[in-house]
Amino acid sequence: MDFTLKIWRQQNAAAKGRFETHKVAGISPDCSFLEMLDILNQQLIDKFEKPVCFDHDCREGICGACSLYINGRPHGPDSAVTACQLHMRKFKDGDTIVVEPWRARPFPVIKDLVVDRSGFDKIMAAGGYISVNTGGVPDANTIPVPRAHAETAMDAAACIGCGACVAACKNASAMLFVAAKVSQFAMLPQGKVETRERVLKMVAKMDELGFGNCTNTGACEAECPKQISISHIARLNREYLSAKIL
Amino acid sequence: MTKLNARIPEGPMAEKWNNYKAGQKLVNPANKRKLDIIVVGTGLAGASAAASLGELGFNVKAFCYQDSPRRAHSIAAQGGINAAKNYPNDGDSVYRLYYDTIKGGDYRSREANVYRLAEVSGNIIDQCVAQGVPFARDYGGLLDNRSFGGAQVSRTFYARGQTGQQLLLGAYSAMMRQVNAGTVKLYPRTEMLDIVLVEGKARGIITRNLVTGNIERHFGHAVVIATGGYGRAFYLSTKAMGSNGSAAWQAYKRGALFANPSFVQIHPTCIPVHGDYQSKLTLMSESLRNDGRIWVPRKKEDAEALRNGRVKPKDIANEDRDYYLERRYPAFGNLVPRDVASRAAKERCDAGYGVGSGLAVYLDFEESIGRLGKKVIEERYGNLFQMYEKIVDENPYETPMMIYPAIHYCMGGLWVDYELMTTIPGLFSIGECNFSDHGANRLGASALMQGLADGYFILPYTIQNYLAAEIMTPRMPVDGREFLETEGQIRERLNRLMQIKGKQSVDRMHRKFGLLLWEMVGMARNSEGLNKAIKEFSSLREEFWTDIRITGGIDEMNPELEKASRVADFIETGELMARDALQREESCGGHFREEFQTPEGEASRNDNDFMFVAAWEYTGTGKEPVLHREPLNYENIKVQTRNYKI
Repeated sequence: MDFTLKIWRQQNAAAKGRFETHKVAGISPDCSFLEMLDILNQQLIDKFEKPVCFDHDCREGICGACSLYINGRPHGPDSAVTACQLHMRKFKDGDTIVVEPWRARPFPVIKDLVVDRSGFDKIMAAGGYISVNTGGVPDANTIPVPRAHAETAMDAAACIGCGACVAACKNASAMLFVAAKVSQFAMLPQGKVETRERVLKMVAKMDELGFGNCTNTGACEAECPKQISISHIARLNREYLSAKIL
Repeated sequence: MTKLNARIPEGPMAEKWNNYKAGQKLVNPANKRKLDIIVVGTGLAGASAAASLGELGFNVKAFCYQDSPRRAHSIAAQGGINAAKNYPNDGDSVYRLYYDTIKGGDYRSREANVYRLAEVSGNIIDQCVAQGVPFARDYGGLLDNRSFGGAQVSRTFYARGQTGQQLLLGAYSAMMRQVNAGTVKLYPRTEMLDIVLVEGKARGIITRNLVTGNIERHFGHAVVIATGGYGRAFYLSTKAMGSNGSAAWQAYKRGALFANPSFVQIHPTCIPVHGDYQSKLTLMSESLRNDGRIWVPRKKEDAEALRNGRVKPKDIANEDRDYYLERRYPAFGNLVPRDVASRAAKERCDAGYGVGSGLAVYLDFEESIGRLGKKVIEERYGNLFQMYEKIVDENPYETPMMIYPAIHYCMGGLWVDYELMTTIPGLFSIGECNFSDHGANRLGASALMQGLADGYFILPYTIQNYLAAEIMTPRMPVDGREFLETEGQIRERLNRLMQIKGKQSVDRMHRKFGLLLWEMVGMARNSEGLNKAIKEFSSLREEFWTDIRITGGIDEMNPELEKASRVADFIETGELMARDALQREESCGGHFREEFQTPEGEASRNDNDFMFVAAWEYTGTGKEPVLHREPLNYENIKVQTRNYKI
């Protein structure tokens, strides 16, 4: 398969970016999107040019490093996948493909397609944990957890922190990311104890870092590679409201 | 001349760890504040260690090459984590977990370390549950267990097919809490390039900021390496693209001994290679072998017809299928340990019975779907089936999966003593990065256990025994002679790499090297191939340093430079792997020497001559390293031949 790529190039955070056009030919339909970028980079190196920088690591859809906005969609035209699990068979031969970094003010571009998502780590540091030290905890089976609650907690915990939700949202809101963590812990007796402090701190940090608010468009859920439901945002709102009132 | 003293505590096996803790030196809270600890790597071992040490009050600096510590490759572990909780009341105990681990490791791991691992395994589950890890539960709300990788008991705890992710996020959360508390300082997108020794002790590291390219110097009273394994030396593996062995390799070049480098694990159930553009291999969880049956055609002409696509797998009648694991190993069947399953697949494919590209076997769920119904299979493996379909574009509910072995885990690593300290004082190594617990073969669901055992429950004790003597050592300024010298050497190395401006890209050379390594130091090895490997890798090293091409600059984000530095180390590591495989004239665990097998083609171990840890000492690039032997004694377990037939 042959493709024309329009790729965002930007030397660093301060520089002005631009689209560059490149062609790749003879690509196997079984090739992943990132492997196709590897082939492009090989071409660039052969011409003594700088390869395109992009974040990637596990290449099996779990580390959350890849952060490509492909043809106007986070992680591209397939559903419930990250860009590393997107295969070229999802495109048509001869397609022109536009590749951009995440577009969101709280995720500034570092270089080319690489963005700075350290805001997520800062939100986690503000309260995305249960305050237990190593050791001195009760036996794991001391507190039974209803299976349905544990399953809902796991649904939320599946978040890979890629930031597609923020990139998809017109408000660059991190509500789905924050909700996934708040909801996971709110569903578990171990996490319930601190719910109030946690939700207030995480939301305050999210606001401070310039992420927007939620206006219920549902774009985050539609583009989330782990299909995390916006019902977790409802739970976040509920926890936030009760924390504010009580 | 031997430098090896494992410092195993006295006393009966079951009391060693308690005795150690009772007698070890501790650091009081006021002094902890004065001590800096560098932790390199933020996977299960690194993050859990950083969190625990921070909670104790030490000043921790945590480094990772990823943009966030949450992305470390522990996150990709699927199946589960073992613990001797005996919740199902099926006869498990600390002794049995220890026994299974020693036996599974083919009697090449250190008994005292393994016993301690089994002992603390239960604490790990308690800790993770308290952190909010959403393990699978039964309808009564208690934790569910499953049997994994051929164990006779159900001791594996799991969180769907994402156990590694959930455990890592637990450790990451605990660490981020310490970041908030100010005891842990994070350095993401930062790669360690060398260790700084002052008067023979590890006192710091040199790093490169992967965003700006800045070379930086960091001081620590102790340095902990938790950077995982070197499996990506093979180019194609289940590791992450950035996973590398360079931190451990630099430690080796600075004097730490490297143990059992030839012991790498080849996982039997990975999606086969499908093209030369491929960048990595994807693992399908071993749990699939609980319900899937592995087969190839009994007749070569059927295999050929399948390869050409003339017939479909369902066209092959049951009597024309060779369920070779069930045939060869009636007692364990499809659940034999990983090394045995991998070799058996290779044997069938080499003999001409492979399907797909010829290097693949079937993993078939037809029988279990018939027995249990599609719904049950979907509940158990739904996410794995979906993942397979996304990659291969075939529906495994209807046609069998194709699988083939791939490089997965490194049992070998930095030699450490009972305290997890390398032969360099003050330099510790934890998790996959060290060698101690898995011998020649690791059992399923034991890697997560070891990473967290080291980080939560072992290192936070043992490192204090070292640091107690360091409380009078003030923080050193990083412009001391040793820091500047080491930094100078790193700058020179990077500049040299940039200036080669040769013809071959890093990936091309890595792929070429990886194929050679797989061919000669992979699943089956022999002296001829290994001798050839040592020669070829040595000339490949020369070729690398004269013909590599790195575009872009040194003072900017430059993934080509990052990769080049890692691949340079992989090539040297490959040479040591070949030397280690050559000296070990036996077959054990994942190490299979074709010259040493039984008439039935099973591994033939030689306990008289090779029941030792091979620990290598660096003597200079291109020079022969020196072999040190740590004899292995098994006091509490009868050494026997592994038999999965009856």
